[in-house]
Amino acid sequence: MELKELFAKGKFVVTSEVGPPKGWQIEKTLEEAEILRGKVDAINVTDNQSSVMRFGALATCHFLKDRGFEPVFQITCRDRNRLALQSDILNAAAFGIENLLLLTGDHPLLGDHKDAKPVFDLDSVSLIHTVKKLEDGSDLAGNKLEGEPPKFCLGAVVSPCAEPLEPQLFKMEKKIKAGAEFFQTQAVYEVDKFVKFMEKVKNFGIPIMAGIVILKSVGMAKYMNENVAGVFVPDNLIEELKKDKEKTKSGQTGIEIAARLIKELKPYCQGIHLMPLGWNDKVPAILSQAGLI
Amino acid sequence: MLITQLKPKEDLLSFISGEKVFILQCYGCAEVFLPKEEINLFLEELNNSGTLIVKNIISDYLCNYEYTKLRINLWAEELKKSEKIVIFSCGIGVQVVSTILNQVSSISHQSPVTSHQIYPGCDTLYLNGFQGLTPFNFDCAQCGQCFLNYTGGICPLTSCAKSLLNGPCGGAKNGKCEVAGPAGIVMDCGWEKIYKKLETIGRLDILKEVIKLRDYSKR
Repeated sequence: MELKELFAKGKFVVTSEVGPPKGWQIEKTLEEAEILRGKVDAINVTDNQSSVMRFGALATCHFLKDRGFEPVFQITCRDRNRLALQSDILNAAAFGIENLLLLTGDHPLLGDHKDAKPVFDLDSVSLIHTVKKLEDGSDLAGNKLEGEPPKFCLGAVVSPCAEPLEPQLFKMEKKIKAGAEFFQTQAVYEVDKFVKFMEKVKNFGIPIMAGIVILKSVGMAKYMNENVAGVFVPDNLIEELKKDKEKTKSGQTGIEIAARLIKELKPYCQGIHLMPLGWNDKVPAILSQAGLI
Repeated sequence: MLITQLKPKEDLLSFISGEKVFILQCYGCAEVFLPKEEINLFLEELNNSGTLIVKNIISDYLCNYEYTKLRINLWAEELKKSEKIVIFSCGIGVQVVSTILNQVSSISHQSPVTSHQIYPGCDTLYLNGFQGLTPFNFDCAQCGQCFLNYTGGICPLTSCAKSLLNGPCGGAKNGKCEVAGPAGIVMDCGWEKIYKKLETIGRLDILKEVIKLRDYSKR
């Protein structure tokens, strides 16, 4: 089911994500998805996440769909030009994949093939525009498609705690104009900043799912503060992670923080997108503590 | 040799028609082909169409930052009287002038030029073996579809690691790009600079206009 139908029904939508493996045997990834069965509305599949070469997102989405899951196919502009992107979007339609998340993508220099050619033939905005054109029955060059045009629900991303925020907002507006139908955000740890962001984008009238990344350790929090754009883990959360080392190591502290953030963010947004980064087994506990299942 | 060609007349006219215009032509290096005849014909047409050409300067080496800065001070009066500036040069010339005007206004606080909108009169075409005369920190990608009118004179192709055309990617931290440029030099986020520039000249509306796509057949 397209996520926009759930938003239209007024449901608080919950998504999580899986990252395909470095290799072709995807049983483990599918097992990770099994943990989420019945607990989330859809599962994102990342596209060579962090510019690290992996098994494909499209094939993983296909396997998920076959097993009765609702996949969200993440597509970045880093690795494919406009021909390959459109081709993969048509492939997705044939596999019955209904939800897309369209992103620019990290630069290859951040990943494990630093010498790769950064493609970026399109960017997130022009990619959304491209899918809209396909939905209208022609390709980006204006050539007519044969048969029924594909139909999707188009997602995009935004960084709500970025500083400065204004450049993010104009791009968000541009994505909406191009055809974005919902947003998933970068990880949020500062609820007050997120609330201010929501106030600013209220007039856009578009469903927004707040991003949640489970805090695994003090080191991870500090790393994100140093290196991850638009993410800031406040001191009080770092202190909380420091307090009981065993509890943090077992993931308990991360679960508690994530559940608390969800509870605090819920009144202000239309859904939550969890990015467990391999900690899918913690997702049910988070959702249950947050009162969502 | 670098080749420039006149931008489509309708694009230029939609920008300057009926305004007070300051024209700057660069006859600089012999290696750069500037379509002088076409420019002069265009300016004649412009004159007849009720657009006021406040000043038509023929200079050379706009890419020479210090030299161009001195020259710009000489034209301060005429610049004050103009509403738009059209620069016929390669992409470097446009970027240099745009940067100088921005600095002049921020230093003097007189802001005679902050509200000026700059328009590149030419598209710079790619020609193998010539990478432009760049004695300063500016780079022209010779993309053949100059975007500088849309980005406040800051090139989105050469100032953004991903050469994005429709806004920042969200990968900048504290104003710095997520990747270091060539030779490990950390770049400022080009799109944050573009945003600030357009905010300064009060033209953020331009950013929301249209979806930009690169035409690689021109490169």
